Amino acid sequence: MSAADIKRKEKLIQRIFLVIAFSSLFSLFLIALFIFVEGLPMIWKVGLKDFLLSTRWAPTKGHFGIFAMIVSSFWVTVGALLFGGPLGLMCSIFLVEFASSKVRAIIKPALELLAGIPSVVYGFLGVVYLVPLVRDYLGGPGLSLLTSCIILGIMILPTVISISVDSLAAVPDSYREAAFSLGATRWQATHMVTIHAAKSGIITALVLGMGRAVGETMAVIMIAGNALKIPLSPLDPIRTLTSNIALEMGYASGLHRQALFATGIVLFFFVMALNLIATAFARRKRVK
Amino acid sequence: MTPRRAEHIALGLMVSGAFLALAILFFIIAVIMIKGLPHISARFLLDNPMDMGRAGGIFSTIVSTIYLLVVSLVIAIPLGVGTAIYLTEYTEEGKITKIVRFGTECLAGVPSIILGLFGFILFVIKLGFGWSVLSGGISLAIMILPVIIRTSEEAIKSVPQAFRDVNEVLGGSKWQGVTRLVLPNAAPGILTGVILSVGRGIGETAVVIFTLGTSLRTPFSIFDSGRSMAVHFYILAREGISMSNAYATAAVLVFSILIINVISYYLMHKFVEGRR
Amino acid sequence: MKKKRRNLVGIACLLFFLLVGAGCGKKENEGPKKKGSYASIIIAGSTSVQPFAEKLAEIYMVKNPNTVVNVQGGGSTAGIRAAQSGIANIGTSSRNLHPEEKGLFEIPIAFDGIAVIVNPKNSIDNLSTKTLRAIYAGKILTWRELTGVDHRITTITREEGSGTRGAFEELVMEKEEIDPGCIVQDSNGAVRELVATDPYAIGYISLGLVNKQVKAVALDGVAPSVEAVKEKRYRFFRPFLFLTKKKPTGLTLHFICFVLSPEGQRILAKEGLIPASIIHGDSNLCRQRTSSEKRN
Repeated sequence: MSAADIKRKEKLIQRIFLVIAFSSLFSLFLIALFIFVEGLPMIWKVGLKDFLLSTRWAPTKGHFGIFAMIVSSFWVTVGALLFGGPLGLMCSIFLVEFASSKVRAIIKPALELLAGIPSVVYGFLGVVYLVPLVRDYLGGPGLSLLTSCIILGIMILPTVISISVDSLAAVPDSYREAAFSLGATRWQATHMVTIHAAKSGIITALVLGMGRAVGETMAVIMIAGNALKIPLSPLDPIRTLTSNIALEMGYASGLHRQALFATGIVLFFFVMALNLIATAFARRKRVK
Repeated sequence: MTPRRAEHIALGLMVSGAFLALAILFFIIAVIMIKGLPHISARFLLDNPMDMGRAGGIFSTIVSTIYLLVVSLVIAIPLGVGTAIYLTEYTEEGKITKIVRFGTECLAGVPSIILGLFGFILFVIKLGFGWSVLSGGISLAIMILPVIIRTSEEAIKSVPQAFRDVNEVLGGSKWQGVTRLVLPNAAPGILTGVILSVGRGIGETAVVIFTLGTSLRTPFSIFDSGRSMAVHFYILAREGISMSNAYATAAVLVFSILIINVISYYLMHKFVEGRR
Repeated sequence: MKKKRRNLVGIACLLFFLLVGAGCGKKENEGPKKKGSYASIIIAGSTSVQPFAEKLAEIYMVKNPNTVVNVQGGGSTAGIRAAQSGIANIGTSSRNLHPEEKGLFEIPIAFDGIAVIVNPKNSIDNLSTKTLRAIYAGKILTWRELTGVDHRITTITREEGSGTRGAFEELVMEKEEIDPGCIVQDSNGAVRELVATDPYAIGYISLGLVNKQVKAVALDGVAPSVEAVKEKRYRFFRPFLFLTKKKPTGLTLHFICFVLSPEGQRILAKEGLIPASIIHGDSNLCRQRTSSEKRN
């Protein structure tokens, strides 16, 4: 084969790979296109303000207000972070700074196993064990915002812990040595130096955990109660944006189906906002 | 508050936090194993579900799950590894790579229910595939694509530049360098990504239930419907059809993930040793 | 180089043939295929009908090898849409069609009572329709005036697309709306599980699914039972409908006729449903066919 032939073949291969590379972009584009094409006309018809701010969701009667669900999704995400974040952080700090490497070697694989357990299993165990506890000792029907936050918090623990552990472990020992040589105790070294240095990784862990909490659907349907009201207390049942799509997807048609796609648009923006915050934090750390 | 005191309190907090977190997580595995293992038997794994899942086993769901994963991997691996090869070997950092990476990250963040909605409307209804392994496989492939791209990219990047330099010195084309030197060396890393995706795919419910469907039949053709193990567990548990079978299905799922993780660790070790 | 290219081409061919081979046996809407491959139909819709459809499918497939009957859920309204759009051969519904949904071929296969259930620990035994309506409209919030227990009622309803909910709304709620603050569960089984574990819960499910874990209350003095429905004393019942886009033919018709046959109806009666023939008389859909079959 002549040199020119080889060069032409190389160029062709490069072009093929370019096409392949755009495949992931293409699927994202297709999904986004679909959701916007189906959802936007509905928002146009009903009005953005009515769609986002009305609390009345009664699609068979023509009411498409998702405010109650936006509030529920928001609180569930915040709550899951409150339960899973600090607990996960404490666990990872313990594993990296205070535990022996033998302990770490046992726990890390166990965490990866837990990360793989289907979310519906968490939801089911939540229904069997947590819901009666909340109902009998705290009140309300048991299926509630609180239960959802706790279960989702537990669900994101493996993710938060493993990424935080990686970030903390990546902080060079020299940082810690420097702190010790200045007379710091282990805890002082940890919270003043190590955590600070691992900040961007920890934030990534939290944001990824948050992303998982927002997107969770089937487990939430099992434990949240799916009521169409703004929760006035953590013991009230809630319905998230994701649960709503899942509950109604099978039979929605026409304007109703478009409303579900419009809900998808809202979720899209939610998640994209999370992604942008994460990249902003990560970039800022790197610049420093 | 002396630093020593703070140290003790902090240590106490960290230990209790860690203990609580780990205790909860191990409780979950323990419950599933204790309640599920006694009901697993060869019959359970090889019989089909009968009487809506109250009796019989889970064989058809195992077949559905494997079939679904195979189809999604057949689609996602070539696309994902190809994308990673492009990003690392065939271009420099620039606008194109930034766009592709951003797209990949966004795709990774799409909530699974939206993928389910998309798959249901596009593949099941509009394209007429119906509830099928095909609809489920394509939808699942889209879901695991970002993971494969990300891990493949890491794996390919970590192949030492020396390999590519040697290829150039010996007069090989880029394509030869990629297929004969880079890819085989990046294989374990890529395999890890594949195994990670399998782990995710096995447990996925929201995407699968709306695209593959819930039929208890064993799928044969790619246009057949089926029911994955995770969906079967969901239905059994929800409807209270059979608690023992539900726990047993969950235990089988946990075991599968355990085996997959063990295999991936073993492979990683073997290849890392082999390289040395 | 040549060897590698041959390998690649070989793999591509193998994949191609696998996919094509796997593609054979696609579902069809007409009569069963001949020779080797199998025929399949898809039944989708009501979660109430689903367990019974699965039971019938199981038995039908044993009697008729080389057939596959797939049963999906989704809810009654989903089943109606599935029949209309053609993604299912048979759509199932556990409520009557609304005027705007008419146009499908409707075949009642059985009737099913709707039972209102409470936890066995709950002392209430009877509810009037008016009280039940008030509970679900959110007007009565505690059990105090009904059983003396001062605790909030956990009202449980089905999702909007559910046929059971639709039937409940038609029979009990009439024009009043179910309170949006009610807990929503997406299947009969889930409602039953919840009521079985919550002492203050109330819900409605398919009569055929009531078991010892829950207590079915009498409505307007009439206790729910299959006999009460047959004798028309208990008026809270709804049809289980098989819906097809056009008049059914082929495998679809054969399966429907199996369901309507004495054997099929016996299976349904054993599971707690009321056979279709009892209330609507014998269907002549299948009798017509057998005579035309004889002619052919």
